[in-house]
Amino acid sequence: MYARGELDWGGDLQGGEPYVYESPSEPGVIVGFEVDIARALAKELGVRAKFHQNDWSNLIPSLERGDFDLILNGLEDTPARRSRLRLSRPYFVYGETLAVQKGSSLRTLDELTGHRIGTLNQTVAQDLLQTHHADVALYEGQQEPYMDLVHGRVDGVLLDHVIADRYGCSLPQLYCVPQDLARGSYVIGLRPSDTELADRVDAALSALIARGELRGILEHWKLWDARQDELETRSAANAAERERPAPAAISKRPLTGAQIALFFRGALLTVLISVCAFGLALPFGVLLAVVRSHAGPVVRFLATAYVEVLRGTPVLLQLYVLYYGLSSVVRLGPITAAILGLGLNYAAYEAEVHRGALAALPRGQAEAASSLGLSRLQVLRHVLLPQSLRIALPALTNDFVALLKDSSLVSVITVVELTKRMTIVAVEARDWVLPGLLCAALYFAMSFPLSRLSSWLERRYQSS
Amino acid sequence: MIRITGLQKTFGATRVLGGVDAEVAEGKIVALLGASGSGKSTLLRCLNGLETFDAGSLEIAGFSLGPGAHEQRTLQALRAKVGMVFQEFHLFSHLSVLDNVTLAPRVAQGVARAEAEAHARQLLAQVGLAERANARPRELSGGQKQRVAIARALAQGVRVLLLDEPTSALDPELREEVREVLRRVARGAHDAPGRAGVAPSPGLTILLVTHERALAHELADEIWTLSAGKIVSRATPNKTGNVPNAVPSGD
Repeated sequence: MYARGELDWGGDLQGGEPYVYESPSEPGVIVGFEVDIARALAKELGVRAKFHQNDWSNLIPSLERGDFDLILNGLEDTPARRSRLRLSRPYFVYGETLAVQKGSSLRTLDELTGHRIGTLNQTVAQDLLQTHHADVALYEGQQEPYMDLVHGRVDGVLLDHVIADRYGCSLPQLYCVPQDLARGSYVIGLRPSDTELADRVDAALSALIARGELRGILEHWKLWDARQDELETRSAANAAERERPAPAAISKRPLTGAQIALFFRGALLTVLISVCAFGLALPFGVLLAVVRSHAGPVVRFLATAYVEVLRGTPVLLQLYVLYYGLSSVVRLGPITAAILGLGLNYAAYEAEVHRGALAALPRGQAEAASSLGLSRLQVLRHVLLPQSLRIALPALTNDFVALLKDSSLVSVITVVELTKRMTIVAVEARDWVLPGLLCAALYFAMSFPLSRLSSWLERRYQSS
Repeated sequence: MIRITGLQKTFGATRVLGGVDAEVAEGKIVALLGASGSGKSTLLRCLNGLETFDAGSLEIAGFSLGPGAHEQRTLQALRAKVGMVFQEFHLFSHLSVLDNVTLAPRVAQGVARAEAEAHARQLLAQVGLAERANARPRELSGGQKQRVAIARALAQGVRVLLLDEPTSALDPELREEVREVLRRVARGAHDAPGRAGVAPSPGLTILLVTHERALAHELADEIWTLSAGKIVSRATPNKTGNVPNAVPSGD
């Protein structure tokens, strides 16, 4: 902390070039224009800059918790943030840039109504899109929205020009509208109570600007442009704004009915994805198990390889590969990709469960059935599988409950299911407790009846 | 009719069947005696294709089998004509008694459910289990289970019945009920239709692997003794009922 001779600042390396990122040539070394600004700022304050990695969506709660002293990571100046944080004078002016496919006629915000437009979570662009009733697709990283735009999964991408220039406009399939659809500024976020530090940060920034050091840094990163002329006027506006009564202490906002309705929609989507994914995983898993115990060596090897690869790699990675990696081959919608990704992954687990269950059956069952003249398929269908499914039932329920919770991973491919909805609402409502409890309650309400049903079925099979 | 010619079978380095030659005429009952490990069960299992063999040939119920892997279609057709009863019953635990008996006729033969069930109820009545048709296997005693297994093996109107130590897994006090069913099956095989046997099975050929010498002498037309993979004696049974039941049971 400041008193210890350190300026603790928070940001997210996943924000990537040119903000704060790991140097490609020197792994472990962080670079970026904000790293340079933080260093200059610390020097001006007579302390050392210390970076804290933090998930971008949660920078503000972490600041409030006291994990670091300030946020310096593309934090946009918005009225909402102003009422929650003490914001510094701007250190960068950005333009909202709309990227579309070449040939698209979309140019202005008003034209975006009803179109599916990609952006990042908790950005000014997201607010703008929602105000203009666009169908917003939220991404975690900067590159993914432009990949989806190239593949036609979204009609446009609205993001800061810094991101658009680096990740979108250079792609041959895309066109960036030259006029900024809106302008805004990046500011440093501090706790409202740290007024002294905030004043010093403002003074230090002013000094850096006056001496041309900030311009030097931005020029070095090829970020200096005509937009930066607004740094002074925006700064004055910012100061005038602050003359008004200081923001009230951080207060929770009650959840609105609309937010709760969105929670239930998220839960519904979670159920839909889980049920469909398991509906795929179960028969495919049984098929894999049967193949592994009955088929010839080549097919058996392929099935074993499938099971080992899909069990041995993270489902998150598989979702990325399926949705982004294969998008030039198959263009799946987010929900289809979510169902397919989870289903194919869980099929590998189901295959093992059912292989074990089939192996647990007494050998005599198959012998007795085939000595009655049943074909191999008839033996499986009428004698082995009905019994192995009963053996597998507890493991099966277990896996479904696990799948229900793993389905939260599909938010990385823009699906807003229950957990993602919870994080969005929590940030809006400035409260993690109530949304968290509501989210947990909904998951529990979905999984508990299942485990009751399962133990009831087990008892029924045992008594019959 | 069963004809076994030069049948040889090894498990790894162990020779289990060392050239078996034998014949059972249609409608005859043969009991197969021999110590544990003499190859009785293996011979029986070769007869319906549950085991393959290395050399020789088999003719059974109008089908021919050669050494090595058998064709699946041939096996299915053969097994529809050759019933098998196991020492450990192997009833299908997820099916009711009635469904155990009707499964093969319905699934493998395509017999309509009503018809299959009518026939199954008849068979269950003949093994004395008419009132247990809806029971689950776990609710039955060992003797009852084996009687169901016999009904199940006969349900497709088989021409040959292979019985692999049908009483060995049972407590002594439960064996008699199974013996009684076996007597009825044997009478059904020997006698003209309409008599007290398990009908309709005139002309049924039976091969009974057993440790019970008395039962063998009582039921069989011929008794073979197997030793070290070969038939060492073929005898007509002593029907006086004065046979010592001396061969130790167990496997």
